[in-house]
Amino acid sequence: MNSYDVVIVGGGPAGLAAAVAARDAGCERILILERDSELGGILNQCIHNGFGLHTFKEELTGPEYAARFIDQVRSRNIEFKLNTMVLDIAADRTVTAMNRQDGMMSIAAGAVILAMGCRERPRGALNIPGFRPAGIFSAGTAQRLVNIEGYMPGKRIVILGSGDIGLIMARRMTLEGAKVLCVAELMPYSGGLKRNIVQCLNDYNIPLLLSHTVVDIRGKQRVEGVTIAKVDDRFKPIPGTETDYDCDTLMLSTGLIPENELSRNVGIDINPITNGPFVAENFETSVPGIFACGNVLHVHDLVDFVSEEAGRAGRAAAAFVSSQSDDITNHKVVHVITKGGVRYTVPTSIDIDRMTDSTIVRFRVANVFQNHYINVYIDDTRIIHQKKRIMAPGEMEQAVLKKSQLQSFSNIRNITIAVESE
Amino acid sequence: METKELTCIGCPMGCQISVDIENGTVVSVKGNSCKIGDNYARKEVVSPMRIVTSSVAVLSDKNAHPSNEVHYPRVSVKTASEVPKDKIMDVMDEIHRTHAVAPVKIGDIILQNVAGTGVAIIATKNS
Repeated sequence: MNSYDVVIVGGGPAGLAAAVAARDAGCERILILERDSELGGILNQCIHNGFGLHTFKEELTGPEYAARFIDQVRSRNIEFKLNTMVLDIAADRTVTAMNRQDGMMSIAAGAVILAMGCRERPRGALNIPGFRPAGIFSAGTAQRLVNIEGYMPGKRIVILGSGDIGLIMARRMTLEGAKVLCVAELMPYSGGLKRNIVQCLNDYNIPLLLSHTVVDIRGKQRVEGVTIAKVDDRFKPIPGTETDYDCDTLMLSTGLIPENELSRNVGIDINPITNGPFVAENFETSVPGIFACGNVLHVHDLVDFVSEEAGRAGRAAAAFVSSQSDDITNHKVVHVITKGGVRYTVPTSIDIDRMTDSTIVRFRVANVFQNHYINVYIDDTRIIHQKKRIMAPGEMEQAVLKKSQLQSFSNIRNITIAVESE
Repeated sequence: METKELTCIGCPMGCQISVDIENGTVVSVKGNSCKIGDNYARKEVVSPMRIVTSSVAVLSDKNAHPSNEVHYPRVSVKTASEVPKDKIMDVMDEIHRTHAVAPVKIGDIILQNVAGTGVAIIATKNS
C-alpha cells in the first residue's frame, strides 16, 4: 500500500491552499486527489473578477486566483492525481480511490484533509410542481456549460434564487446574448452581495422579484414557460398573484450543500446547520487525524477565507503527523456556543493548550441586524464587544480569540458568540 | 438639474443614494450613511466603469498539449482594465468574433484596443 503523510481529497481552492501550507510546515509526502481533469475546482468556471482582494490585494478572476495556488503546488513538487475519485476513507485513514491509470488503490495517510467542496441544491429538493422537461439547470451547471464547455443553455431565461451564482449568471447569459426575464427570490432579501445586485442585475435592467417563487413549470420536452407567484410571510404562494413567463430555461440558484458522503461514511459528526463536520480550532473533525476545510466545512462567500482557513488546516495536519504520539488527554478543551442571532460557528471547540497565539471564529447571522454588537463571553465575562453597522446572512462575520486571554481564565465552561443589541 | 438614484455597493447596507447633477457636475449626494457611499456615488454617476469578463473559443493544436490533462474548447478572458459601462455590449460583440490559438498563457493579449476603448482583452487561464 502507498503511504503519504497527508492525503488531500479535492484539488480546489481549499485543497490547494492546504497542500501548500502542509508542505511549508515541513510535510514531505503530500498527495492531492482530484476528481476533475484539472486542478482549481469551482474557480475554473468562475471567470468573473473580484477574487483575491484579501489574499493578493488585487482583483483577480477565478481562474487567475486558482493559477496562483496551482503554481505554488507545482513549484513545491507536490504530487497530485487528476481524474481520480475517492471512494472511501476509513477511520484508520486508509483512503480508497480509483482512476483509469492506477485502477483501484489503497493509500495509507498520516492525516487526511477533506476539501471536497459543495454541490448545488437540485430541483428535486425544491418541490416545484410541473413536468420534468429539458431546460432546467442549476446555475453552476449552466456556468460550467457556458464558460468552460462553450454551450448556451437557452435563450429566454428565468432564474430562481438570488444567491451570488444566480446573479452572476444573470449577467453572464445577458452578455452572451440571452434574455434574462427576471430573478425570483423566495426571501424578502437577496442572499447575494450588493455589488452583484447592482452590477449583474441593475446594470442590465433585470428585475429582482423579492418574496416570489416559481409555482409551475410548463412544457413536456423542453421548458416552455414558468409561473411565478408572490409569497406571504410564511413563504406560501398568494393565490391571484401568479404571472406567466414564456421562457425556454429555468436556472436554479437556491443554495449549496457541502458534499459530505465520505465524511458521513467514516463516522464524522456533522453539524446539522452547516451540513459540514464539527471541527476544533485546528480544523480537526471528530475522527482523529481527519481535517476539513473550504466549502465542505461550511459554505463561504469569499475564496480568500477558504484559502486562509485551509492554510490553517494544512499546518494543523502537518503538526498532527509530526506529533501523533503527543498526549492531549490533559488539554483544556472548551466548547464554542451561539446565542442571539448567531446561526453557527466554525470552530465549535477550542483546545486552549494546543491553539496558536490566536484563533479566528467565523460565523453567520440568521437575519439582517443593524447597529448590533458582536459580543464574546467567557462564561459570564464579556471579552469582546464590537459594534457593527450591518450584519446580514449573506456575509460571514468573525471574532478573534487570543490564547493569552483564554489562558487568563481558569476552568472555562463555554465560550459564547452572540449578536446582541447592546 | 438632473437627479440620479443608485444603490451603494460599499457594504450590505446598500444605501439608496440620490445624486443631484448640474451641467455634468455633482451638486449633492444624499442618502448615503458614510464616506464610502459618497465616493462611490460621485464616480458612478459621472463615469461608471466595469471590468468585462467572458470566454473565447480556443483553436487547439493537440500536439501542443503533451500532458494528459484535458483541455476545454474555451479560454476565459477579461478586459485588462475597466471600460466605460456603456461600451460593455460593444466589447462583447468583438469578443464574440474573436478566438485564441493554443497554447494560451494567463496575461496573453487576445485582442488589442477592444471596441475603441484603448483596453486589451487578455487571457485569464492557461489553455
